[in-house]
Amino acid sequence: MAREGARVINLMEPGHTGCAGCGQAIAARLVLKATGPRVIVANATGCLEVYTTTYPRSSWEVPWIHSLFENAAAVAAGMEVTLKAMGRYEGVKIIAQAGDGGTADIGIGCISGMFERGHDILYICYDNEGYMNTGYQRSGLTPPGARTTTSPPGRLSYGNRTRKKNMPMIAVAHGVPYVATATVSEPRDLMRKVQRALEIEGPKYLHILVPCVPGWGYESELTLEVARLAVETMLFPLIEIENGVITKVRKPKEIRPVEDYLRPQRRFAHLFRPGGEEVLEELRRIAAENSRLATGPAMLGGPPGEGG
Amino acid sequence: MEGSKAVAEAVRLCRPHVVCAYPITPQTHIVEELSRMVADGRLDAGFVLAESEFGAASIVLGGSAVGGRAYTATSSQGLLLMVEVIFNIAGLRLPVVMTCANRAVSAPINIWNDQQDAVSIRDSGWIQLYVEDNQEAVDTHIQAFRIAEELMIPVMVCMDGYVLTHTMEPVDIPEQEEVDRFLPPYEPAYRLDFDDPFTMGAMVGPEAYMETRFHVHMDMMEARGVIRRVADEYAEAFGRHRGGLIETYDIEGADVVLVSMGSLLGTMRDAVDELREEGLKVGLLKVRCFRPFPKEAINDALKGVGVVGVIEKDVSLGLEGTLCSEMRAAFCGEESPEISSFIMGLGGRDVTVEEIKRVARELVADPACRVEFRGLKEELMRGDER
Repeated sequence: MAREGARVINLMEPGHTGCAGCGQAIAARLVLKATGPRVIVANATGCLEVYTTTYPRSSWEVPWIHSLFENAAAVAAGMEVTLKAMGRYEGVKIIAQAGDGGTADIGIGCISGMFERGHDILYICYDNEGYMNTGYQRSGLTPPGARTTTSPPGRLSYGNRTRKKNMPMIAVAHGVPYVATATVSEPRDLMRKVQRALEIEGPKYLHILVPCVPGWGYESELTLEVARLAVETMLFPLIEIENGVITKVRKPKEIRPVEDYLRPQRRFAHLFRPGGEEVLEELRRIAAENSRLATGPAMLGGPPGEGG
Repeated sequence: MEGSKAVAEAVRLCRPHVVCAYPITPQTHIVEELSRMVADGRLDAGFVLAESEFGAASIVLGGSAVGGRAYTATSSQGLLLMVEVIFNIAGLRLPVVMTCANRAVSAPINIWNDQQDAVSIRDSGWIQLYVEDNQEAVDTHIQAFRIAEELMIPVMVCMDGYVLTHTMEPVDIPEQEEVDRFLPPYEPAYRLDFDDPFTMGAMVGPEAYMETRFHVHMDMMEARGVIRRVADEYAEAFGRHRGGLIETYDIEGADVVLVSMGSLLGTMRDAVDELREEGLKVGLLKVRCFRPFPKEAINDALKGVGVVGVIEKDVSLGLEGTLCSEMRAAFCGEESPEISSFIMGLGGRDVTVEEIKRVARELVADPACRVEFRGLKEELMRGDER
């Protein structure tokens, strides 16, 4: 909420109750730095909503609404249509944002509707690969092998069994004209992608990998390092897709072994014990598939994203 | 004019900025008519065909949050799919108006009329107004926007599926200028805009949550006065008094008063006329406003009445009809009549004048309070119930 006489430095102000080193807080702040103040945000339920708006405080210096967990895309669509009908849309940008659970799982129906109807909205998924707000449960974007509280390794298990749902390609399949991935270790790249997205009329999808200190189990000063390793191992490729064509793929100078990314994270510790090799091999396969990503038509069923 | 078409005309006259719905029987004709209006350029609104009722409710929520006049319509399963958003719209204090074309709830799946759908979301924080005929549907929709926007409380207009939505009746549709005078452009008390960046939907913990609920409750209680006043102003502007909290019929000196909501009242009026001819002193009370519940108005109307029969098309399984429970609660602290629950017409089962007359005669003979399903088929009863 705007305060009299106070100078606004960040449109998402500090002083919130996010964890030290929270990747999502960094990303959300960068997003608004890129959009500027003429943006309205529809935010899904999740960490970001909880730690930025604990009544009576708010970190948001832009008009911001939280309705429910699964409807940010629909709320944003309603805002866009209505502002247009009222003649108040000129110069306004609308963002819908949610975590990976609010996007790939419970919110996917509303997102699909928003994409299909072609609303002029930038949808942002802050992907920390699980339901971190409720205590680190597995989501449809949890990677193979990851320990979560609902995919614990055990006598019969090496953690999560499934690949990440390929959200960027789901967006491409809807004909979304601009789809990109980003992460917090590349802040300029992230902000450029937000600005590029907002130049395009219609639905846009930006998928941001945001490391989670307590959920992933690494030291809080390593957030940017962990994000960088996700990119350099090709477990999270940075790409841009315009009108169904991959226009940019970030190729690291040297692709690092997936173990470099996995080792600092306690959620993958069990993979380095006897029997974990099979899952490691699966993660290497995913990285190898992602490494083959190249500019050109984004094929359905192929990578991008960790999914494959 | 068909009820659905009449409602669509009324909604058009209210100049909504956003109209969004998902098709479900028996609401479909309303949305089809609004679609035709958009196609013909007669309705200049943001018009969205949503991917689900859940999406539709969320879209009108967003539209209302940026200060637009917002309308949706649904029925039965669609209403239940919306429920999470319904509570949210009310909690955010957004004055959305919705038509509920009342229909039975699955399972078993049944597309015909009863009122289980709307009654089931009684506690959501929406004002619920039940209409008896298509003219009342038109008049109530126009009033609904006024009530909602004055109070920043959403309003649901409940009209019986098929019985009203698909039935032709003569309806007077007001002129645009008349409606414009009665319903000025919506000036929201708050909205998402850039002059005062506003955080809507914050996380509220134990230190303040209860007070927010208390304030909504108090505003709902006060809404009764607003609903009454808006009905009076409507009567002044349009020459028809269709609105308010309750209506009574032949209640003077009645020994037995039958109570209901919605289109059943039409059938009940016929039954009462015939019973009066037989010399039985039977009257009617129509509950128009189900939430907020008009306790005082009901107490006043039924002063001195000894026997009440509540006839309704819903059931709170394991207790009685829900309206009956509300009627009993209305007499807390007052001298209460004997109040019985008669559950009828579920899932489109016909309710006849004869059946209503039988209920009234039985209540005259034996006023003891009871709960009964009426109009059950003997051949479908289990052996131990015959």
